[in-house]
This record gives sequence, structure tokens and C-alpha cells, in this order.
Amino acid sequence: MDNDLSIRDLVKRFGGFTAVDHVDFDVPKGSFFSILGPSGCGKTTILRMVAGFEEPTSGIIEIRGKNMLGVAPNQRPVNLVFQHLALFPMMNVRENIAFGLKRRKVTGAEIQTRVDRILERVGLPGFGDKKIHQLSGGQKQRVAIARCLVLEPSVLLLDEPLGALDLKLRERMKVELKKLQNQVGTTFIYITHDQSEALVMSDQVAVMNKGRFEQIGTPQELYGQPNTPFVAGFVGDNNVWPGTVNEVRDGEAVMRTQDGVVFRARSRETLAPGDRVNLFLRPEAILIDPGEAMGYNSFEVAIRAVLFDGANSRLLTVTPTDLEILVTLPQNQLFAHLEPGRTITAGWRPEAGILFRSDG
Amino acid sequence: MRAKAAFWIFLAPVLAWLLLLIVLPHIDLLVMSFRSRNPGGDPGWTLVNYQRFFIEPIYWRTFVRTAIYSTITTVITFFLAMPVAFYIAKAAAVRLRGFLLILLLLPFWVSELVRVYGWMILLRESGVVNYFLIRFGLLTQPVEMLYRDATMIMGLVYSSMLFMVVPLVSVVESLDDALIEAAYDLGAGKWTIWWRIIIPHCKPGITSGSIVVFMLSLGNYMTPNLLGGKNSLWFTEQIYNQFIASFNWNQGAAFGFLLLLLSSAIIWAGLRLSGQKLGQVAS
Amino acid sequence: MKKIVLLAALVLFCFSQAAQAETLKILTWKGYAPKELVEKFEKETKVKVEVTYSNNEEMIAKLRATRGAGFDLAQPSQDRISSVQEEFGLYQPMDFSKIESALFVASMLEAVKKNTLVKGQAYAVPFCWGTDGLIVNGEKAAGASSYNDLLSEKYKGRVSYRVKRPTLIAMGFALGYKPFDLYADPAAYQAMLDKVEKTLIAAKPMVKNYWTNGDALLESMRSGEVFVAMAWDNGGWKLHGENKAIDFVAPKEGALGWIDTFALPAKAENVAAAYKWINFMTKPENAAYFTNQEKTATASKDANAQVAADFRSNLERCFPQAAVDNIKWYPPVPAKLESMEGTVLDKIKAAQ
Repeated sequence: MDNDLSIRDLVKRFGGFTAVDHVDFDVPKGSFFSILGPSGCGKTTILRMVAGFEEPTSGIIEIRGKNMLGVAPNQRPVNLVFQHLALFPMMNVRENIAFGLKRRKVTGAEIQTRVDRILERVGLPGFGDKKIHQLSGGQKQRVAIARCLVLEPSVLLLDEPLGALDLKLRERMKVELKKLQNQVGTTFIYITHDQSEALVMSDQVAVMNKGRFEQIGTPQELYGQPNTPFVAGFVGDNNVWPGTVNEVRDGEAVMRTQDGVVFRARSRETLAPGDRVNLFLRPEAILIDPGEAMGYNSFEVAIRAVLFDGANSRLLTVTPTDLEILVTLPQNQLFAHLEPGRTITAGWRPEAGILFRSDG
Repeated sequence: MRAKAAFWIFLAPVLAWLLLLIVLPHIDLLVMSFRSRNPGGDPGWTLVNYQRFFIEPIYWRTFVRTAIYSTITTVITFFLAMPVAFYIAKAAAVRLRGFLLILLLLPFWVSELVRVYGWMILLRESGVVNYFLIRFGLLTQPVEMLYRDATMIMGLVYSSMLFMVVPLVSVVESLDDALIEAAYDLGAGKWTIWWRIIIPHCKPGITSGSIVVFMLSLGNYMTPNLLGGKNSLWFTEQIYNQFIASFNWNQGAAFGFLLLLLSSAIIWAGLRLSGQKLGQVAS
Repeated sequence: MKKIVLLAALVLFCFSQAAQAETLKILTWKGYAPKELVEKFEKETKVKVEVTYSNNEEMIAKLRATRGAGFDLAQPSQDRISSVQEEFGLYQPMDFSKIESALFVASMLEAVKKNTLVKGQAYAVPFCWGTDGLIVNGEKAAGASSYNDLLSEKYKGRVSYRVKRPTLIAMGFALGYKPFDLYADPAAYQAMLDKVEKTLIAAKPMVKNYWTNGDALLESMRSGEVFVAMAWDNGGWKLHGENKAIDFVAPKEGALGWIDTFALPAKAENVAAAYKWINFMTKPENAAYFTNQEKTATASKDANAQVAADFRSNLERCFPQAAVDNIKWYPPVPAKLESMEGTVLDKIKAAQ
């Protein structure tokens, strides 16, 4: 009974289109679980099946050990925070939050105290009598979450609820959501196409593509040890450098890039000499002027532009074959002299790059 | 300055039209309603025409009857139109939507008289419906279905349907499906969703549709007269009788204004009860 | 400048059009201006005829609304002219020099003249006449021959009549009153109306419906839904032509005789054409055509010879001399009786 939600071999087809393709996962009690994927990957369909709005074509959905097959949405111990929140405009904040409690025939006095308590918890004390249209975007967000949390669901489902907010507010709400989840201890299942939301908030993230889960893991695992090129490309920024395998030894592969540079890198796949591969290399793994440090792969690139973005500043460089490579630019005076047109030497540790066989 | 002049030049025909065709005749009728019927003799001012409405029970009773039946018609029309509108706006395929609306519009391509005669042919004792009911052994004796209050209300509902469905379709269309799902998700059953979410959302459409249907029914003359038969005195018929049969235009004018005032009062009361403002409904 | 010329030309053009096409606007009853006769008249006189159908009450209302304008000729019943004329001045006096008096049944012409006299001038000439009585389905209601049969339990739900003044008058006779004699005494007339009101309300269960449209009534008789109705003789005779079981019956209290007339609205624009139409319609061959078509006798003196045999047999069958003598001809209605009657009619219709 450690998992609040267990999904086994879940399939959903719409006509000839398979939206969800044999998905399995477990969400441990009290955890923050995200499903990350591009739009149209099937993540919303999974959420709607858990909430009960769609019937699975096959497979099992269990919430706290109970099979949810045939249970109507209004009978399930889960609640959904909708993408556009779906607050009831004809009711005020209090009535919105009390809506679910009234359906459960909770007494008036009890409703009163519970609504006040949850408003306090989401940081909106005294907002009960406000109309929905009087609230700001962030406040609406919190009311929508409060409306679900007040029912104390086993699992709270969130369907990209931050999508409509502006960037600053989104950054703040990420942190608040995570804090809130920690406080209430409810299991959150959060779907998003924004990798940063998923990474910041989640205990576990499932990366989804074309109806399938590519990888489930902690944010660190996904970032550091992506299982597939899709995960490597979708989670965080990555430079992709095509090339061919020269030789394989001791779990390391030696590849020659299209520019003729030779690198050593690791791979999770079994590679053979002659295989065409892509090297995935994160910008922050590349050091500028690494010197003579032992075992570094090094190469030369020309600076095309300096992309200044505070702590997140980068160099846009190009290889001799005009392949663009992003390199993180540490904000210290050491590199103040770098400017477009100059050629620099860059280097990286072999563990930092990862090879995947390319299809082409 | 010139823009202002242009504004008035363009507005003038509209104002003239309103004045000539709507305001002036009404003023004429209003004056008439306060005069006694005696053009040759003393054309004095009097309230007698209005007093008669309240003194003579048959007049105000007819009005009350007309108002109650119009209200019933409005309510029935609403209950029939709501699922239809919901189906058209939410359930039907987009391509089907226009077709369904045209289907609703179809009866209005012929005049009201033709429609009412159509019903009479169907429902009369020697009519089509009776023929088939007897043919299939459901009846042994033909039944007169005309000249009943129920038939009359059915006729009124039939001819009002469109005017309820169209405003309802547009408000239902504007309802975010997520609201329905959210309510469902929060534990609401079907009835609660209708009652707490859909109906409150559709209020402006319901109100404007109801006002139109109520006014149309109240002001209808042909349907109550032809389908209602021997017991169905409608208030409009009474106005007609005053003008045409009794030659008492003064009385008829007074009844006309009473109809206007009382129906406005009923609508005002309805708006108050449902907590709405006319401006919201009209927009 | 160009525009003004153009406009002037347009206006002139319109006027010349109007002048060329001389029109005669007739306000009359359905069937009173048969298509064939209208075409014949248009060919003979080059006057275009526009016909508007109506009934007594609406005719008066229409003319009253325009104070006698909009039509060149109207055809109200003779009893509905003098009081309306006195009160509203809707008509203009007849110029009998323009009427070919020789075409008319002299006694009828005189009677109408007398009945439409206002301040020494006559306002109408007769066109046709007929009666109100009973139309009876002999198979279902054999022997029905009195207005009282309209109240009879025997024909429960199979009776139809109008909620109009002829019904009130007929019931007055049935109850033993002499309604026309009471015209001069409003109080006594009101007393009669009260009695009639009670009687008709009590008899409401017998009624299938109150008919408003002649064709609809005939359809109800034809289909056997209605056994006994109070209606015009011509309707009964039309049905008799289709089904011998149905016929008009002159009630023993007396059929109610009416004469429909020609009258000139006060602001008629084309009086000359109106006189032409009057004389045209009274010519024997045209009057006979009308009679054969509508089963309604006219005031044309020599039309009888050309009337079809079945119409004459209708008259002979339904109106033996005694029945003719018993016809109660409507005298002119004094002003304000209509208001009294209107209230009674409303109450009958509204009663549950």
C-alpha cells in the first residue's frame, strides 16, 4: 500500500490513433510525480483516464489499491486542477471551494471552517467573498488548487496549471507549489511540457513521447543519465554532434566527428566500430581553455556570438563544418576578453558526453 | 461640428421612421384610451376604459388566464428547448449544427396560419393522427384533439421553440466544457451540474429567450383562437373584439395599453426574481 | 440639375402609370367578386379591379381607421349601415341617377333605401340576400329544425355556431323573445341578452367549436364531425350538392334574412367605376353567374330565369311560402347595441 497510484499496461486508442501506448508506472504515496512531454504526446489523456473522463482501451488504473475501472469521475478519490482552472464564474471564492464539500453533504459550519483553513493554507485568507473575476492569475491558481485540496483527495492531478501565467509568476508558483505539496503531503501528479517545471518540483519525472514513457527517474537521473536521445534532447539543453564510432573499449567509445575531431565518450548502448552516432554534450559540461588537464577531450571552435544572459550566459560557437555548439560562459573576469571571431580551445571530460546511435 | 451634422443627417430618417410609425400611433391610441366612446358628443377625458378592466371580471380574468398560459408555455418551451440547444451546441458534430438549426427554422418558412391549419388537419377528429391511431388499433373511437387547452399550449410551444433554442444555443456554446468536467470531478451528479453550473451560466440566454417566448405567446392571436376552440378566450382576442366587433376603439386602446403595462410588469418581476438586469440580457 | 430632371421624369412617369391604369378597389366578402366576372368587367371597362376580402365588422373597422378612404366600394349588410353612418360618417350618399334601377327587384331596392336612410339620404343599394339558419346532417340529426336543437343534449359535442350577433338574435327568437322589437328598448334588450348568455353558457358542452371560418365549418360538416350548425343557407346548399344527407333547414323560429349591399365609402376615389361595377353585377347574366357559383340569390330582377335548376330547387325545397313569410329580416342595428352584445359574446367565449 505504498503507492497511491499504480498504472499497469495502460492503452488508449482513439480510432486508429494510439494516444497512450502500454504505459506502466507507480506513484509512491506523498510524492510529486511529473509527466513531461511535448504537446500531443498523450500525457493529458493519461491524466483524464486517471480522473475518469476517458475510459482506457485496456490496462489497469489503481488508486490506493482500488481498481478504478467503471468508477465515475465524481466517485473517484482524485481531483483535477484544469489547465485553464475552470473556476465557476457564477460563484465567489468560498462557493467555489465549498462546492465539493457540499456534494459530500458536509455540514455548513464544517464547510465554513474547512474553507477558511484551506484559504489560509494557500495564502489567501479573507478572500472568500471575492468574485472570481476580481482575482489575479496567481490567486486564481491557488483557489483552483484549494478547491481540490479541501476535499483531501488521495491524488491531486494538475494539468499544466501554470501555462497561462507570465514568466515571473510562473517561477514563483513553481516554488510555492512544491512547498505546498510538502506541507499537505498529498500525492501530486503534474503534467507539463516545460522541463524546468518538471525538474524543479518533482520527486520523479516520466518523460513521455508519442504515447510511450521514454524514461522514469529523478530529475538528476534524467538530466545526467538519459536513456534515450529523446530524453537527452528534451530534458535540459544539449549540443548534438554527429559522428562515427572508431573503436570501443572498456565501456568507452572513441568517435570521430564530422569535423574529424576524435573524442572519447560513454554510451548506454552497445556500439560497434562503424556505427553512426550522435554525441549529446551539455553546454555547461564544456570548459573553455581547459589547459593540459588529464583525459579531457578537446576541440577548437570559432566564436560567433556572445549570448549574455546573466548567470545563464553562453557562447555561440561554430565548428569548421559550421555546426553550432553552445558553450556556457562563466561570469568571471577570466573570459571578459572573448569576443566574436576569435577561436578558442574547449574541452570536456569523457563522462560528461553521451553517445546514442543515430537512425540515419 | 461637421461630423455632428452628418450624424444627425443619418439619424434623421431613423428617428422620423420611429416617430411616424411607432410613436405617433401609440400616442394616438393612448389619447383614445382616455376618452369615452362618443366622438359626436362630449369628448371628455375619462378613466372609465381602464376602470372597466378591473371592474368587469371577465376582462382581468381573461388577462390572468392569458398570462398564466403564456407562462406555462414559456416554461414548457424552456424545458424542451434546453436539451435541444445543449445537443446542438455541445453534442452534435459541428457540420450537423447548421443543419439542425435550419431544421428548426424550417416551419417558419410558411406563415403562422398555414402552420396552424397544418396542426388542425393532423389533430382534428377526422384527422391524420386519429386515422392512424384507429388503423393501428390504439383507439376504437376517434378523439377530438383540437379545441383543448393542452393543444393550444402545444401549438404555442411549437411556434415559440425557435425563439428559445437560438439564444440558448449561443449561451450553451459559450460554456467551457471544463466547467462541467470540473463539477463532475468535484463530486457533482448530473442534476447538480445542470442546476449549479449549466443553468446559472445560461441565465442570460434563458431570460432573453423566455421574454421573447412569453411576449410572443401573450401577443399571439391565431393559435389560441384556432387551436384553443370554444373555451380559449385570449386577451388579444378581447382587444380585437373591442376594436372590431364592439366598435369600441377607446376600450380596445385601453386594453392594449394594459397589456403592454402588465406584460412589462410581469417581465420586470421575472427579472427581479432571477436577479438580472435587462441590459445584461439584451447584450 | 440633371438629377432634378430625372426625378421629375420619374414622378411624371409614376403619375401617368397611375392615370393609365384606372383601378376599382372593392372591400367585400369572399366569393362576392368571382374571378370570371372580374376579368369580364376589366375587359369591358378597362378598369382594373382590386378585391379585399372582409366581413361586416372588419369592413367597418377598416373604413373607420381611414375615415372612409382606401376603397371605392364596400359591401356591408344593410342593417349595419345607418348607425355606423350616423356615428362615424363612413359612406357617401348613393346617387340613384347613376343606378340602373330597372335591373333591381324594386321592392328590395326600396327596402334597402329605406333601411339605410340617414338624414333623408339613402346610402346603399342591394346586391344579394340570404338567410342564417341551420345546416343539418340528416343522417345524424334527423328532424333538427329549431334553434333550440343547437342546445340539445342529443347532439352533445356535435354542434357548431359562431360567437357573433346572429347567434344571439337566433337564440333570442328561440327563447321566445322578439329581438328586433326590443332594438328600441336597450334595457329590455339587455335583459334578453342576459338570458341568452346564460342559455348559451349552459349549453357549452354541446358545442364542438365556435366556428370563425366558413370553409372550416363546411369541412367539419362534410367530415361528419358536426351534426347541426347555425350558418348561412348557401353553405348548406353547397354541401347538399355533394351529399344529399346534409341540407339547409329554415328553423321554425324563422330564418334570419340579410341583404348585403353596395355602399360608397366617404372618400372613394373612383366613384364612377364603382357605379359601373354595381350596374355590371346586377345585369341578369352576371348576377345569375354569381348565384350559380355561390348559391346566393341576388337583387337582380331578371336573373332568376338564368339561374341553374338546382339552385331553384334549393329554394323551393327549403323555403316553401310559409318559410319565406317567416324570414326575420334584420332591421338596422341601433348604435351601441354592438357594445352590449360584445360583452355578452366575450363572456360566452370565456366561460368554462
